[in-house]
Amino acid sequence: MVIASKNPIHSVLYLIITFFAIAGHYIMLNAQFLAAVHIIVYAGAIMVLFLFVIMLLNMNEETEPHKSTLLKFAGTIAGGLLLLVLVASFKNINLTSISGNDFARADIGLVKNLGQVLFKQFLLPFEVSSILFLAAIVGVVVLAKKEAQ
Amino acid sequence: MEFSFLLYKIILALVVFGISLFVAMYSTYAERKVAAFLQDRLGPNRAGPFGILQPLADGVKMFMKEEIIPTVSNKFLFILGPSLAMLTACMTGAVIPWGKSLIINGTSYPLQIADVNIGVLYLFGVVSIGVYGIMIGGWASNNKYALLGALRASSQMISYEIAMGMAVIALIMTTGTLSVAEISAQQSTGLWNVCYQPLGFLIFLICAFAETNRTPFDLPECETELVGGYHTEYSSMKLGFYLFAEYINMFISSAIIATMYFGGYNFPGQQALMDAGVGHNAIVLLGVAALFIKIVFFIFFYMWIRWTIPRFRYDQLMNLGWKILIPLSILNIVVTGFVLYLKGVI
Repeated sequence: MVIASKNPIHSVLYLIITFFAIAGHYIMLNAQFLAAVHIIVYAGAIMVLFLFVIMLLNMNEETEPHKSTLLKFAGTIAGGLLLLVLVASFKNINLTSISGNDFARADIGLVKNLGQVLFKQFLLPFEVSSILFLAAIVGVVVLAKKEAQ
Repeated sequence: MEFSFLLYKIILALVVFGISLFVAMYSTYAERKVAAFLQDRLGPNRAGPFGILQPLADGVKMFMKEEIIPTVSNKFLFILGPSLAMLTACMTGAVIPWGKSLIINGTSYPLQIADVNIGVLYLFGVVSIGVYGIMIGGWASNNKYALLGALRASSQMISYEIAMGMAVIALIMTTGTLSVAEISAQQSTGLWNVCYQPLGFLIFLICAFAETNRTPFDLPECETELVGGYHTEYSSMKLGFYLFAEYINMFISSAIIATMYFGGYNFPGQQALMDAGVGHNAIVLLGVAALFIKIVFFIFFYMWIRWTIPRFRYDQLMNLGWKILIPLSILNIVVTGFVLYLKGVI
């Protein structure tokens, strides 16, 4: 529905519903924190900005650029290849190595445990990703400044 | 998880729902009375003694009015807008602890619908969804003024949500928990959180004003520029829902401020009362009353501000949000962390 609807606003609204569905899955995997943050960040902030931009541009069916057949063809092939890669990677997963008990523990997704893992076991990746965010923020500021002049 | 438990929760949810609707209904009356008082008028005094039946009369009027759905608008989204606004307004009441547990015949009945361990995050999640009610409604009206109002509302709410979140982060650092019940239980002894987080409280209060679209931040419904704002095209009870949602938000945010910064259901001298042998349930009920006194004070504070301070200009609003409140809240986090480090907590 996200990609099928003609109206971009409807697409965004369907995407928000999709995010809610994902948050529901997180809750079923006992990851309440992740679910809440997912709602706040994606549904609450990012999608609002999406909606905001689309409303400002006031796009609708008439203004949608017409795509050539070649482009559609190439898109289909690329999407099919991506699907193939995903299926191939899932095929090799050893399901027996993941025991159901890992997800059944009710406290696995609590903030406390998440923080312990994040700041002890995965401290370096966490810091690296925060530096990445910092770089992105600096980049945005630079771009915005340039436009103002 | 048996039937009586479920029944109790359903009853509690209905009671909280009913109380928030009732308080919102009488906020409309109180708002007009406070406005009248501040402007040296009498206010509504025709319906019933002192005009206390005025909200009922307004409600009947809203229901009886002709309902107009613009033909060019998207009908489904047009109806979804006010529904969402109302839904999110009512959802936040679920995690607020209205009091300690009542103990009847040895069973304890907690006066909180859901003690979620990430209650604060739940609040933010619901608040951030609340924007959609206004955005969808404003867009579906297919009206330039409504769209402008919706855009203003959404950008304002996103901007102030950040500062609000940061103010709460500092509070969470001092309390060490994300559960709203835990935060208010911690304040039963010692000072209220507002003494530890005065700056955080101030930022939170200002952001709460902006989030509920109250004056001086009510630019989304700025009549002089936008006809009526995001609800220009709405009529009858759908307009009523939007206005009503605002009052429920006001009530809930007053409850949140009271719970997080002003001790919630705790009141001075409750320990002395407990030592004097006053029953547990009596103290719990007194605590609920204390919470409601705090809430009513904050609702009055909202109205007081509304009839005192004029509306901001839009650039002033954005400057305040991004250039003053957000740096201040970051400073607040840093200072809080430093103090906690000096005290040896972390």
